[in-house]
Amino acid sequence: MKPGVYHSLGLSEQEYQNICKILKRQPTNTELAMFSVEWSEHCGYLCSRKWLKLLPKTGKYKTLIGEDSGGIIIDDLAIIFKMESHNHPSQIEPKQGAATGVGGIIRDIFTAGARPIASLNSLRFGPLSQAYNKYLLSGVVNGIQFYGNCVGVPTVGGEIYFDESYSGNCLVNAMCIGIAKKEKLMRARASGKGNAIMYVGSSTGRDGIGGCSILASHEFKEGEEKRPTVQIGDPFTEKCLIEATLEAINTGYLVGIKDMGAAGLTCCTSEMASAGNSGMDVELKAVPRREENMEPWEIMMSESQERMLVCVKKGKEEQIKKIFLKWDLNASVIGRVTEDGLVTIMDNGKIMAQIKAHSLTKAPIYNMPYRKPRYLRKLNKLKLSKIPDSKDYNQVLLKLLAAPSITNKAWVYEQYDHMVGTNTVVLPGSDAAVLRLSRFGGRTNKGIAATTDCNSRYCFLNPYKGAQIAVAEAARNLVCSGARPAAVTDCLNFGNPQKPESFWQFKNCVDGIAGACRAFNIAVVSGNVSFYNESPQSAINPTPAIGMIGIINDINKTCSQNFKQEGDIVILLGYCREELGASEYLKEIHNLIRGDTPQLDLRLEQAVQKTALQVIEKGEVNSAHDCSEGGLAVALAECCISSKCNMIGANINNLNYEMRADALLFGESQSRIILSCNKDSVEKIRKIALEFKAPFCVIGKTGGKVLRILNDIEELIYLPLEDLYKEWSGSLKKKIEG
Amino acid sequence: MLRAQIYITLKRTVADPQGLTIKHALESLGYKDLTDVRMGKLVILKLNFKDKKRAPRQIDQMCKELLVNPIIEDYHFKISEE
Amino acid sequence: MKFGVVVFPGSNCDQDCFYVIKDVLKQPVKYIWHKDTRLDGLDCVILPGGFSYGDYLRTGAIARFSPVMKFITDFARKGGAVLGICNGFQILLEAGLLPGVMLKNRNLHFICRYVYIKTENNQTRFTGLYNRGQILKIPIAHNEGNYYIDAAGLKELKNNNQIVFRYCSATGEISDQFNPNGALDNIAGIINKKGNVLGMMPHPERSSEKELGSEDGYFIFKSIITRLKNKRKW
Repeated sequence: MKPGVYHSLGLSEQEYQNICKILKRQPTNTELAMFSVEWSEHCGYLCSRKWLKLLPKTGKYKTLIGEDSGGIIIDDLAIIFKMESHNHPSQIEPKQGAATGVGGIIRDIFTAGARPIASLNSLRFGPLSQAYNKYLLSGVVNGIQFYGNCVGVPTVGGEIYFDESYSGNCLVNAMCIGIAKKEKLMRARASGKGNAIMYVGSSTGRDGIGGCSILASHEFKEGEEKRPTVQIGDPFTEKCLIEATLEAINTGYLVGIKDMGAAGLTCCTSEMASAGNSGMDVELKAVPRREENMEPWEIMMSESQERMLVCVKKGKEEQIKKIFLKWDLNASVIGRVTEDGLVTIMDNGKIMAQIKAHSLTKAPIYNMPYRKPRYLRKLNKLKLSKIPDSKDYNQVLLKLLAAPSITNKAWVYEQYDHMVGTNTVVLPGSDAAVLRLSRFGGRTNKGIAATTDCNSRYCFLNPYKGAQIAVAEAARNLVCSGARPAAVTDCLNFGNPQKPESFWQFKNCVDGIAGACRAFNIAVVSGNVSFYNESPQSAINPTPAIGMIGIINDINKTCSQNFKQEGDIVILLGYCREELGASEYLKEIHNLIRGDTPQLDLRLEQAVQKTALQVIEKGEVNSAHDCSEGGLAVALAECCISSKCNMIGANINNLNYEMRADALLFGESQSRIILSCNKDSVEKIRKIALEFKAPFCVIGKTGGKVLRILNDIEELIYLPLEDLYKEWSGSLKKKIEG
Repeated sequence: MLRAQIYITLKRTVADPQGLTIKHALESLGYKDLTDVRMGKLVILKLNFKDKKRAPRQIDQMCKELLVNPIIEDYHFKISEE
Repeated sequence: MKFGVVVFPGSNCDQDCFYVIKDVLKQPVKYIWHKDTRLDGLDCVILPGGFSYGDYLRTGAIARFSPVMKFITDFARKGGAVLGICNGFQILLEAGLLPGVMLKNRNLHFICRYVYIKTENNQTRFTGLYNRGQILKIPIAHNEGNYYIDAAGLKELKNNNQIVFRYCSATGEISDQFNPNGALDNIAGIINKKGNVLGMMPHPERSSEKELGSEDGYFIFKSIITRLKNKRKW
């Protein structure tokens, strides 16, 4: 076979030789196509598999790791969740790229047998000063609302960050959480000789052919017409699929089920057979199609949306078909399970491909070289003496509150239905979303909290610590809602793994996540890797997005971030260090991305988190909010203004630090949580903090219509709440709509 | 005064879930002889061009720049005199 | 007091409505599949929110031809209580069971948030437990909530006291500032002339439990039950 052929499919000379060795002959076109997608970076995880093994798969809660998703068990419920990327399609066609990203991750959840109950998404764009980035943000938000609202899964949380490194390569990471009774979970495997292989859902077209091997395995090169057909999402069909699938699973006649995502039929047939240690015979004639004259390899590579492959017990095919037909969905038997371990693809009886399932799914593992970038040594140096302290801290605070990465995101989340399902107890706008579990049977009083977190600037300046901080911050956000951090899904977004500096970032981030998760004793139950996020301008910041869920033992004891009443005492758990490195303040005000990340002491972090959790669970606290981007001043401002109809000021007059004022106000020291409580609770909280060895300090009182912050006797901040609210609430809309 | 009618449709190879749903709905109402239904948009522009020869090129530019998403849509237009 | 919740392909809030009736109000309730053709023994039919048929073509345009709609029309003609919430309201409009039409929100975006609505007519079987002018905190979540009717139609609605809810401020002020979607005359919910078919854009099933942020919507369901109970007493 000519090198041009397999090169254009993304296979190297070595890989092609391997394929010939495996088959003991040259591959057919169909076989070559199947290998090219299964062995693409997106599907095969060639560069990353070696390092992903470091991530802990066990933790304080019982974990479930499936083929396409994972989760934990709480009482008799399984909570399944996963986050996945859809970056490259969104850069090209933001609405449909984001929409199909949402659709794809939802399918991974309900094919596990879990009813999807919430979506979150972690989005990153280049600066809004560039028109194309505005277009991308609007398009992506439109795509998420178009799909998420119609399919009936509430979009309850997420994050949006802006950074120059994302110009030319935006990030769209979609997360979904589902609930099932643990006995009702499904695996993505085919087994049992003679059992039927049934195709359900939309018909197959030429959508996204080669999408994963061409799009995701290479960077964008300007000028090159790499614009394959983009997939169009159909949330209506997906909604019908959710209902039909859950109904079908309830019958007990399903052996396994898998979503046709990246690499479509190729991925499903090979991975289901491999996971079930079996084989399958597939007849392509039976595949419902919406285009004429499709070649076998086109059918195998198609990424048409809203399709699934189901393994049905022999003899029960008609009953299952009936369920899908009731919802007006295609359902046809396209094959049978065999015991020969081979995936045999036939077109009108003629064999077009015959490959051992395990060969397809065991893609090569590559040992990528890595090397610390030289530029980091210089960048990590930050002489504070060279940074002039600001003169007008009020102006700085207002500017930070209006900065797109910090500012209020209501313009975005009010376009998402975040209430459908009537499970959302804490709506978007607080540290984490909180959902009740009482509707899922068993009179449970429990709830779950969910968040996504990652400060990619930290990860750029120090991948290991930045990734650790991402985990710590996610846990901190959950704790502030009253939840115990329980398990993680990760979506690892990086540049070109063939560049040693990029791979060094990846390896260190994975190390960081592994270490932090072990310290918190939480498992990484699922995840996704997206490489080649680079444009001619630059590679993206290393972005290991962490999706974390936490368990709330009593839904009546949740907490949110805004001050609740006048006269409450404001407490700071943790302490402030003089560190400005990698901060939003340094970027926004001094236009510098420099220094090292803030320090992270995992023992201190746990002490602070355990204290906060216990006092929240005991009902001693009225609000809890952690300090992150923008530091103490921004966090305090958010406590005052994040509830529009109940804004309450504060007089923070008990800080006494010997450090520059800007570092005190805007430095991003880790492991800090702001609590507010009734006067009578202060001593109880102090005692518990002492027990856990968490630094504790009463820093002020709530009340009035102004935020006032002093250090010793120097007044640093004095701003009316309306001014704070005006900057914080109006900024994003103005920047997008003009 | 010129009048341009711009017809914007999804590219032939792109999935059209709306069109398919509408086709099924029509069939359920008894219209059995349909082979395909596609949804599109009609944009009507009224232009005050003195030089009619310029019009097709300008409208084409408008389509390319704003009105049409070239990744998933095709277009054609008619120009007539008001 | 038997309730029925209709399920169209694409309905999203059917399970929420079912749950509120069954577990919060503790009343008998069943699902009605859109192809079902019997509504025996039902006192109230709810058309829930969602995206029936994906909202493709026009919202509610395809659902209104579902087989069950013929029987719902009959049921309404005979005086049965029909409550259309959000997409349910849109379907009732397309089906002609209520007058007017829904256009896209004036800001062209989907809007999901709590709003305040004023009870303009508390003499209906759906609002009997509210005071006249009572302000309710109930969330909206829709793309097309911009209610429109021509001048003659609006006059008739006013003359017959058919406007049941209007968008307002937390203190009851009705003005454009508190109109989330551009709906004509701030109209959030209307009733038919006979008084047995109500359509409303806000979601009462999302505000029937304190835990979720507001219980104000609970009384719409309770009003229906109370009215039916009283009827039975005679």
